[in-house]
Amino acid sequence: MAAEGKTIDALSQFELHHALGPIGAAVNFTQSNAHMLLAAAAIVGLMAWGIAPRAVVPGRLQSMAEMFYEFLENLVTGQVGHEGKRYFPFVFTLFMFVLFGNVIGLLPYAFTYTSHIAVTFALAALVFVVTTVVALALHGKKFFGYFFPEGAPLWLAPIIVPVEVVSYLSRPISLSVRLFANMVAGHVLLKVFATFVVLLGGLGAIGPVVAVLPLGVNVLLIGFELLVAFLQAYVFAILTSIYLHDAVHLH
Amino acid sequence: MEIVLAAKAIGAGIAVLALFGVGLALGNIFSTLIASVARNPASRDVVFPIGILGFALTEAVALFALLIAFLILFT
Repeated sequence: MAAEGKTIDALSQFELHHALGPIGAAVNFTQSNAHMLLAAAAIVGLMAWGIAPRAVVPGRLQSMAEMFYEFLENLVTGQVGHEGKRYFPFVFTLFMFVLFGNVIGLLPYAFTYTSHIAVTFALAALVFVVTTVVALALHGKKFFGYFFPEGAPLWLAPIIVPVEVVSYLSRPISLSVRLFANMVAGHVLLKVFATFVVLLGGLGAIGPVVAVLPLGVNVLLIGFELLVAFLQAYVFAILTSIYLHDAVHLH
Repeated sequence: MEIVLAAKAIGAGIAVLALFGVGLALGNIFSTLIASVARNPASRDVVFPIGILGFALTEAVALFALLIAFLILFT
């Protein structure tokens, strides 16, 4: 990598820096927190402004807000069933937070807070705690029957129960690592190809001509990353709904 | 130090061998998706989200491998 002295520094974009000057430094307020506040403000703004006119024929902002709402309502009721409406606000909030984090992170100079495992694991741990509490509240002790499917022969219990317990406990890990790895991989890929452009551009007369190729790849990658940003938020929401379905119906 | 860098590069290359399976799996998912939509176009709305979910879950495996490769390369 470091053959010509210039290196591909792909991971420094994920470093945290203090924002808001000395006040931010005093309370460890980083640019990640700033982007979270920005995303939250954008979500609240979209919803409040979008819904404010309450027009029968929606304008652009209102139809966008309604689109998100209907999309997630269909998702939650489709997965969890009619009882799932109680959990719709939870899934909606998670989806919007993840989606706005992913999309805002694609803007130049912006920071992707979903590219930190601490953030995604906190979200996934919240999902895990909520689904477990919902299952315990609805089913009480019967919830533990979840780890041993009915009808299975009893002598298989020593094998089935540990497997089910481990798969249940690994849910927050796979949920958080999936989102985090997707975001990190996408941004590293963008950075690597952007560095190719710079390195090739410095290679005399023919360099800038060849540098058009990685630039074109980067343009395509941005489009792909937009798809991934939406898809990962969708996957996060649908997996949360599937876990809620398990919690509400026990299989 | 040269040998360590070489070993790192080889290790990262081996780590992304998992993409072999991911490539097979993605091709399988989409060929099945196309086949089922072609047989019954009305089922598109039901089948498509499941296919996308399968795509995302499979792609995650590729990214786990990529993450290991990055860990080997950059740490």
